[in-house]
Formats: sequence, structure tokens, C-alpha cells
Amino acid sequence: MAFYIVQFLTGLASAASLFLVASGLSIIFGVTRIVNFAHGAFYMLGAYVAFTLTDRFSGALGFWGGIVVAALIIAAVGVLVEMALLRRIYHSPELFQLLATFGLTLMVEDLVVLIWGPSELLGRRAPGFKGAVDFFGQNIPSYDLFLIALGPIVLGILWLLFQRTRWGVLVRAATQDRDMVAALGVNQKWLFTSVFAVGVFLAALGGALQIPRDAVHHAMDLRIIVDVFVVVVIGGLGSIIGAFVAAVLVSELNAFGILIFPKISIILVFLVMAAVLIVRPWGLFGKQEGPARRTPGLTVNPWRTLTSGERLAATAALIIAAALPLFSGNYALTIGSEIAIFVIFAASLHFLMAVGGLASFGHAAYFGLGAYGVAFLAKMAGLPMIVSLLLGPLLGCLGAAVFGFFAVQLSGVYFAMLTLAFAQIVWSIAFQWVTVTGGDNGILGVWPEKWAASPSHFYWLSLGIAALMVVGLRIVVFSPFGFALRATRDSPLRSEAIGIDGKRIQWTAFVIAGTVAGVAGALFAYLKGSVFPDSLGISLSVDALVMVLLGGVETISGAVVGAIVYKALNIWLVSQTDLSKLVLGAFIVLIVVAFPKGIVGMLETIRNRRRSASAKSALLASPIETAE
Amino acid sequence: MQRRHFLGVSLAITLAGMTNTALAQSEIKIGEINSYSLLPAFTEPYRKGWQLAVEEINASGGINGKKLVVVSKDDGGKPADAQTAANELVSSENVAMLAGTFLSNIGLAVSDFANQKKIFFLAAEPLTDAITWAKGNRYTFRLRPSNYMQAAMLAEAAAKLPAKRWATIAPNYEYGQSAVAVFKKLMSEKRPDIQWVDEQWPPFGKIDAGPVVQALAQANPEAILNVTFGADLVKFVREGNTRGLFKDRTVVSFLTGEPEYLDPLKEETPEGWIVTGYPWYSIKTPEHDAFLKAYQAKYNDYPRLGSIVGYQTIKSAAAILAKANSTDPEKLIAATEGLSVASPFGEITFRKIDHQSTLGAFVGKTALKDGKGVMVDAVYKKGSDYLPSDAEVEKLRPKD
Repeated sequence: MAFYIVQFLTGLASAASLFLVASGLSIIFGVTRIVNFAHGAFYMLGAYVAFTLTDRFSGALGFWGGIVVAALIIAAVGVLVEMALLRRIYHSPELFQLLATFGLTLMVEDLVVLIWGPSELLGRRAPGFKGAVDFFGQNIPSYDLFLIALGPIVLGILWLLFQRTRWGVLVRAATQDRDMVAALGVNQKWLFTSVFAVGVFLAALGGALQIPRDAVHHAMDLRIIVDVFVVVVIGGLGSIIGAFVAAVLVSELNAFGILIFPKISIILVFLVMAAVLIVRPWGLFGKQEGPARRTPGLTVNPWRTLTSGERLAATAALIIAAALPLFSGNYALTIGSEIAIFVIFAASLHFLMAVGGLASFGHAAYFGLGAYGVAFLAKMAGLPMIVSLLLGPLLGCLGAAVFGFFAVQLSGVYFAMLTLAFAQIVWSIAFQWVTVTGGDNGILGVWPEKWAASPSHFYWLSLGIAALMVVGLRIVVFSPFGFALRATRDSPLRSEAIGIDGKRIQWTAFVIAGTVAGVAGALFAYLKGSVFPDSLGISLSVDALVMVLLGGVETISGAVVGAIVYKALNIWLVSQTDLSKLVLGAFIVLIVVAFPKGIVGMLETIRNRRRSASAKSALLASPIETAE
Repeated sequence: MQRRHFLGVSLAITLAGMTNTALAQSEIKIGEINSYSLLPAFTEPYRKGWQLAVEEINASGGINGKKLVVVSKDDGGKPADAQTAANELVSSENVAMLAGTFLSNIGLAVSDFANQKKIFFLAAEPLTDAITWAKGNRYTFRLRPSNYMQAAMLAEAAAKLPAKRWATIAPNYEYGQSAVAVFKKLMSEKRPDIQWVDEQWPPFGKIDAGPVVQALAQANPEAILNVTFGADLVKFVREGNTRGLFKDRTVVSFLTGEPEYLDPLKEETPEGWIVTGYPWYSIKTPEHDAFLKAYQAKYNDYPRLGSIVGYQTIKSAAAILAKANSTDPEKLIAATEGLSVASPFGEITFRKIDHQSTLGAFVGKTALKDGKGVMVDAVYKKGSDYLPSDAEVEKLRPKD
């Protein structure tokens, strides 16, 4: 019995660490609607700075002072980031801020290695909390008891802050309806900055408090960020109590789960999240968000098909691309194939995000399923390449059909997180089911047949399929189905009123996007000759998001440019510099500031502005070409 | 605008190719790939090691009069990116051979690439047994002692312990799984009386140490096999120390004696663990002295195991290229099979039967000295003594 009590307390200590970080993320998201990918980076910076301070200043005061000062320093950094970077992009399309914080995260990962070196650092133990307390023959670290007490204390302080201060009232009001708060004359700028500062302070404090029990190292951020998101979503966005309950739930399930299934940790949080979201679509303590108040059509330029001139230009660009094998070597062709494959992948996610208004955080699942589909068909069934290429993506289609059915019942970030959960579940199956998938050692030897083996032939194959897919998706956008999908995106209520079955339309779009992603994955398997669980992983899903956002989410085919720029730059930087993450991160941050609507989105805005300036009367005379 | 980028990339590559050809006659290139950005704690010393080797080789006249150049790429810890890098090295840098890699799945990906493109590949670090056995191929050789060899070295010491109740803890991926499987198999052969009472599989890099340690303690084993390393190890050790998990229990641990993993533990280093590792401070052989002196003179720092691996990878590669006196992959393979080269740990041989080198490892015990972890009573175990019989190896490895 004593053991179970101790295990429960240990779980509570883990929950307290998780809660500190999660509460900050929840507050930031609730008010600013920023998906703060850099939250883990702030957590890590808090740990590093606390390590330096506590190492430098001895004694109890040096330790506890160091922890608090470290959190304050990082909170100040957070304020700087908010004022210099995020303020510029609050009015960008949804999720665009994710791109900025992603860029920051990349930079921080390289910076900490540059500043603190590559080795893991061992922080001091907390003065007064070094040992363990004996509990009927079981040891509980006294620092765990401290954390167990700290969790509810922080919860209490936050609760008082939100319930008993004017600032807290404003924050709660803004969480519920920030447009209304702005309309009532509250200075949003400072509200957002202060909220961001508090959130970052909590993240950094969470990191700093880990140094007596953890190693400080450069991958701490990735270790925590996804789990924290999951906790916030399980609890319900913007709900502090929800975050606390979710942290306890997840930690306790893990603490007891490993007694029965020692391998459960790898997937547990995602299973819990999927279960909770299917039963309670807005998390345990979340409330349904009010319908978006933006008027459709004002933020988005009406979409139109290409003019004949633009069509010619696109065809010419395709011909030039197809001529690449005439004047370049095998390496450039292989890169070309890889970029073409990522154009397909990004275009498929873009279709879901831009046309369907459904941002998926787990799109790699269908890419990876397509790749595994090919690997199974080619390696186990021994089917020829053409057949495998045609049938492989069906696994992606199937996955999308099953998961999509559940996912489209939700919307917004809940939708995104449920897709992430599904992707992680698929990933863990590929990772754990060693006898079938080869586990993390993957499936090797999936090489193309002779006719497609040469780099130029494979390049033409990839380019051809990419062109087909992009054109195909565009045709769908301007088909009746596409219009219905856009209607559902812009106004669920009105589209339902005219008889559109929104969920079914969205489900179909999800399956289309999943299948196209599967096509990309199938090609990818042949390009690399092997399949690994990586191709189902979070980082690939994030890459796809970045490509779409970089291109511009309010465009029809921005993802094409986003994929080319991001992939080419990424490959080139990794090959040329050891600090590729730092440079790439800085580049992304610059792009975010210079092109707050994405590259293509910005180009279109500039062109529209010029057109309307030069021919104002013409614009009035010509009908808006939304249909053809 | 997208196409312009294509053109730019290809133009840059063509230009780079042209300037290279002029030099190509007087130099030999090795393409090197490793997880520099993902695992800097291991790969930084590794890089210093191979840079030292390149310097030494060129100072003594290069390879048959040609200058040795190593072109190094980062794989970011992803198999797919490693293949992109391998492709660049082969297609546009025209390297004579590929070398390097750390993670097992990346080693396997590059090995499969080498097999497909018929390129010679010397795997430096990946430990998986598959790379020389189940998924071995004629183009791939491996330097470091494999999972099986390290497990065999540890099992030899562990079988002598009185402990009968054993628990295991390992990161939940191929390396951890196969380390535990091989160790269990070898131990059960030597000691049929052993019971396995618990196993814990924390996700790699994400151990929630408190509950894991408590669960292990609850099973009340007499000895524990540990396969975690890096940040997971630090958390596991700290939590284990606080909760008294290691008191009166023997721990047998993979890799923990390597300075990369032992040094971060500082004053928390648990004493008396039986580990494999690299006690650079207590190896007194002329070969190692020479290496240590050169390394410390160049970097003003002590070597890690990664330094040895990097150094020996390039030294071996140079010996292979010198013996083959050609860059033809078939001739390189012929030169490598059965080749003996000097190393800081003494002479090693690349076996013909499975392309595994006989580089060994040190087995010893951890101890705490002046607030730092060290390895004591360390004995070098030759790799050749810890491999299965030829008949067994032939069953494990597919025919070429």
C-alpha cells in the first residue's frame, strides 16, 4: 500500500512540473490565440540561466534567488520578443504566429549549444531539499514534496490573480471575446504583452525548478513542448484549473501505467488526449468558442482562376523545371525530386488549411502511411513499382478516412491537436510493431525499378506527379465541391442553412488531402529507398505547416512556393553550415516580419494594390472573377 | 521564382564541381556524415578526433602521396536527411567512400544507400547488430564494438555476480531493445537460475524518472541492467540516488564509463557500477600515450570515446585507401577484408566474415574521485573474444 501512495505522490510531483509550464502556455493561448511553439525554448532557457546563476552564487539565497531571477530574466526576454516580433503579426492569418515562434525555437536550440557547450549540465541540488523522506520503508525525495506543494500554490496565486484583480478580469474577458474587450477601449497591446510575460515567466520558472532533478541540455525544449500542448488541450484551452487537472491525470496515468505496460509512456498522453477530445470536444474544462466574428471575404481576396497569361507562365515554369536534367548533375536532380515530393505534401496540407480551414498538426501521418503502404506492397507482397505507387497511397487514404471522421467533428486548435494525437498513435505503432514495420530501424531496400532508377527519370516522375497533383487540387478548389468547402470554412451556419452538409464536405476534403499526402509519401519511399517512423513524426508535420504558412495560407497555391523555398534552403543550409538551425530560424523570423501574409500572400497583396492604384475605375467595371 | 531557385542551386553545384576537378588528381576525398546538431555532446569530440587523424595523415605524406580531404555533413538525426547528405557526397563531391554516422537507424539507412549505389561505407558508431548481421551487405564495414559484443563483455562480468533477481531499464527504441535482449539471452545461457523480475522502457530522451525508479525498487531486484544514457541517465541516477535504488544493488550498465556520459554525473556518480567505457586517464600503452599527447596538444582538452571513434575511423579509412591504392569500391572491399590497422587501443582487424572490426572496449567499475566520476579496475576486452562462432555468424548474415 505504501508503494502505491508513494507512486501517487511521485506522479503528483511530475504533474506539478508539467502544470507550471502548461499554465503559462494556456494563459498565452487563451488571450492572444498564439500557438506558442517557443514555449519549450523559454522553458529550456530558464533552466540554462538558472544553472549559470545557481552555479555562480552559492548558498540557499544563491539557489532560490537564482531560480527566481532566471525566470524574471527570461520573462524580460519574452517581453522583448512579444514587442519586437509578435506585435507585428497579430493581424496575420491564423497560426502565422506559430511560424515566428518556430523560427525562434530553432535559433534558441543552436544558441544554447554555442553559449553553454554541447555537454549535459548537472545543476545543484536544492538547499534543504537534498534527501528523501522515509514513508513506511519507501523513499520520497523531499524536493518532490516541495514541488507537490508548489503546484497548488501556483494554481492558487493564478486563481487569485484572475479572480481578484482588474488585470485578471481583463484577461478572462479577452480569453472569452477579445474583440469585445478591444471595443470597450482596453489597451490590447499592453494586455497582450503582460500576459505573454506572465506566461513566459511560468515556463522559465518551470525550467529553472527542474535543475535539481534533471540534466540541462539542448533538447529539453522538444522534450516538453508537445506534452505541454497536450495537457493544455486536455484541460481545455485557457482554463488554468483544466491544465492542473490534466497534468495530474496524465502524470498519474503514466506513473501507474508503467507498472502494467512499461512501454506505455511513449504514447500515453496522446491516447488520453484522443479519448478526451472524442468524448469532450473542448477538453475537460473548456467551453465551446463563439463563432468567429470576421466577415468572410474581407480578409481574403476573392479567389480566381489563373488568367491565360498566368497559365502560360506556369506552363513555362514547368517546362523549364522539366529541362533541369539537361544541364545539371545527379545531386541537383535528387534534390529536385525531393522538393517536388514536398510540393505535393505541402499542397495537400495547404488544401486542407486554406480551402477547408482545417489546420492539421499531424498531416505527416498520411504521408508516412503512404510510404509504409509502398514499403509493404513492394517488400512483402513483391508488387511492381507502378502498382505499389498506385496502391500505396490508399493506406494514407484509409487512415485519413478513419481519423478524419473523428477529427472533423472538432474545429480550430482542438481539431489540430486531435490530428496530432492520431499521427502520434500511428507513429508509435510503426515504432513499436517491430516484427512488421522494423521499428525505428525501418524497412530498407525499397528502391525504384530500373526504368525510374536514374535520377533524371525519377525527377521527371516526381515533377510530373507534382504538377498533376497541384493542378488537380486547383480544379477541386474551383469545383462545386470546392465552393461548398469554402462556404463551410467561411460560415458554418450560413452554409448549413443553404443545405450543405458541412461535416461530410470537410471529411471528404480530409480524405482528399490525406490521399495526396500519401502519394507524396509513396514517392518519398522510393526516393530514399527506405521508410522510417520519422516520416510519420511530429517534425515532418511541423515542416509541412511551416511550408504552408511560409507560402501564405490565404492563397490558392502558396504552398508550392513555400515548399520550394523552405526545402531548398533547409537542404542547402544543412549542407553548408553547422549552424543551420540558427540561420534557418533567423531567416524564418525575417520572412515573418517582412511578409506577414506569407511570401505568395504578400506578393498578391502588392500586386492587387498596384492594380487597384493604376486602374481604380477598371476594377469597378470588371466583375470579380470568383467563378469561371 | 521557384524555378530560379532550382537554377541557382544547380549552377552553384556545377561551378563547385568545375573547381574541384582541377584539384581532384592530387587529393582523395572521404565523405563523412554524423548527427552534429542533434548529438553535439558526442559528435564534437568525434569531430576533433577525425580532424586530428586527417592532420597526422597529411603531415606524413597523405595517402600514397595524395592529400586526404574529409568532407563532413550533418544529418540532423534523420535517416532521410542522412541519405540526402550521402547523395551529395557521392554525386557532387565524388568522394571515394562514406564514413561516420551515430544512430543505428541512420547507419542502416546509409548502409542500404551504399549497397544500392555500390559505394564503400565505413560505419563509425552505430551499435546495432543488424548492420553487420541481419541487414549486412558487402559494401558496409563497422568500426565500433557492436551491441552484441558489449553485451557479451558485460554478461561475462555480470554472470559472476551472486545476484539472481534482475531488473532492466532501457530506452524504448531498437538500441535499448536489442541490448536488453542480447544481454538476457547471454546471461540466461550462463546462469539458468536467474529470474527477470521487472523491465522499464522509458521513451528515449523523455524518461519520467521518479515513477520509473519507484517501480524498479518495488520489484526488489538484486541487480539492475541499465541501458539509458545521456540526459536520461542523469535523471535516472539522480532520482535513483535520492530514492536509494542503488543501495546494496549491483548495476550493470552499457556505455556509462564513457566520458561523454560519465562526466556530466559529477558528484552524483554512483559507485561500483559495472560499465563499458573509456578511462583515458588510466590507459598506459605506448599507442594510447601517443594519441593522448597529440590530442591534448592540439585541443588542450581530454579525449572522449567519440574522439577515439572519429580518430580511428579516419585512420582506418586511410589505411584502406592506401592498401587498395584505388578508389574502386570493389578494390576497397578486397583491401579491407582481413586488414589489420593500428589503433590507440592496439591492433584491430576488419573481419572478412561479417565486416566487423575487432576494436574492443574497457570494462570496469565506476567510482567517485574528487567530486568526479571515474572508471577503476578497467580492463581492455578485445573485440575478437566476444563475437559468436563463425558458423553462427554465417547463419546470421545474408549471403552477398
